[in-house]
Amino acid sequence: MSQPNPQSSSPLLDVRADFPVLDQDVNGKPLVYLDSAASAQQPRQVIDAVADYHLKDHANVHRGVHTLSQRATDAFEGARDRIVEFVNANSRKEIILTAGTTESINLVAQSFARPRLGKGDKILVTHLEHHSNMVPWQLVCEQTGAELVVAPIDDHGQLMLDELRELMTPDVLLLAVGHVSNALGTVNPVKDIVGWAKQQDITVLVDGAQGVPHMDIDVQDLGCDFYAFSGHKMYGPTGTGVLYGREELLEEMPPWQGGGDMILEVFVDRSVFNELPYKFEAGTPNIAGIVGLGAAVDYLRGIGPERVAAHEHYLLDYMTEQLTAIEGLKPIGTAEHKTSVLSFMLDDIHPHDIGTILDHEGVAIRTGHHCAMPVMQRFGLPGTARASLGVYNSTDDVDRLANALLTAKRLFA
Amino acid sequence: MSSGHVQSLSSDELRELYRSLILDHAKNPRHFGKLDTATHTSEGINPLCGDKLRLQLEVDAEHRIRDAAFEGTGCAISVASASLLTETIIGLHEDEALAWFDDVTSHLTGTSDANGRDLGKLQALGGVRDFPARVKCATLAWHALRSAIENTDEPVSTE
Repeated sequence: MSQPNPQSSSPLLDVRADFPVLDQDVNGKPLVYLDSAASAQQPRQVIDAVADYHLKDHANVHRGVHTLSQRATDAFEGARDRIVEFVNANSRKEIILTAGTTESINLVAQSFARPRLGKGDKILVTHLEHHSNMVPWQLVCEQTGAELVVAPIDDHGQLMLDELRELMTPDVLLLAVGHVSNALGTVNPVKDIVGWAKQQDITVLVDGAQGVPHMDIDVQDLGCDFYAFSGHKMYGPTGTGVLYGREELLEEMPPWQGGGDMILEVFVDRSVFNELPYKFEAGTPNIAGIVGLGAAVDYLRGIGPERVAAHEHYLLDYMTEQLTAIEGLKPIGTAEHKTSVLSFMLDDIHPHDIGTILDHEGVAIRTGHHCAMPVMQRFGLPGTARASLGVYNSTDDVDRLANALLTAKRLFA
Repeated sequence: MSSGHVQSLSSDELRELYRSLILDHAKNPRHFGKLDTATHTSEGINPLCGDKLRLQLEVDAEHRIRDAAFEGTGCAISVASASLLTETIIGLHEDEALAWFDDVTSHLTGTSDANGRDLGKLQALGGVRDFPARVKCATLAWHALRSAIENTDEPVSTE
């Protein structure tokens, strides 16, 4: 296979050296990491930012008058400022720092949806959703007697948009939709979907966990009310995440969790809550993690979202071409608009067996239901094998994957 | 080079995991399907991967296992393990089958060498000991067996 000439106009990035963890052998072979959709690796810039914080600046935030506390607060709030620019929020009041996408969505389910929902109301989700954008809505529907409605997908793993529009009825309070399917890589036309929902006065939450790492995100342009994402999918630390919410809605919402930092004044019988965004940030946050998330934002912006998208688009095309050339390999999820993910079955080999054999060849992929069991049920599969791409992957990685799959075929022949 | 705690695996270990006996049982599982005469049923679920396995037993008044069958989806290891299980336990008294549960699971988890028992064909499942993430696949059917014997009324999930 011919490697594109780096001197040419190849869209491929060359940043693998930024990621120290990739410089190792697994089972005697150089590691090929194709599981970024589960969790992306961290560049040295992120690792150093977290280490520097621990080595020089750690103290609690928003509290002490002493120097370290001020430095910690500056680093933490500096990360928030960078996230405001990164997703083009209106102001820092609209960026709530959380533990991840899951917490962000649960916050909206419990603080926005729960007080507004009752019998006869509906929450609309899609068949493509990750469990984190499905289960919080199931819970809030159980708590309130509201109904959960699920929009269908077609055999390519694409939302059926006409059906989705028909389900946008006046009794729907909120639509929760993923930007990109983690299991199949389908990119949903979120801006159009938001536009249709807004015609029906439906509030829209976008699960952007798989969107933010792969494309330029502008929440104002999308027009959504909430946008949730995680740090560890975008080369930042685990245990960090963001909820963007429109200020007007966040102002109306009651606090979700009570504790320190989210109050202005506490009396024994009542409290006066802090202003946005702190109203939703109870307790000492994951300060070091958020500092790392800020560094991850800098890292991605340093490369540029357009270059990231071009790199991954090229590699996904290459991977799809190489893998579908293997006899007996069937891609699952063949949407017209996809990014960075290829889910597949190989002959009748169970995905777990594929995963074990690939690991033996030094190739890390995800196997199983990808925390999206409804998607698997839609395709009548217990699970799939899934290779997912990041900025550090190369055509060599894809070639190693293809060769390892041939090894699996030979073993099971 | 990695300094990780998981040891590097050789090709021999992969071949040990996927021995021809395992692949044969995975591709042509014995006693696969429903058992119309079943008196005991249990479901084994591996929540990590969503694999499901349903084990059915026909047990007579003397607590002897007259017949057994299983169905469901799973990887080569879990299907082969269930297939080998059915071959092993048909004709045994419930207590004997439970003793096999103890010996096989201790062999697979490496806690003891099957309490000294000669495991025969089931020895072939021992390759999972080099693959910690796969031990659950091999023990799934055996946990379903124990549940089926110990819970006689309702189907029981083992996880």
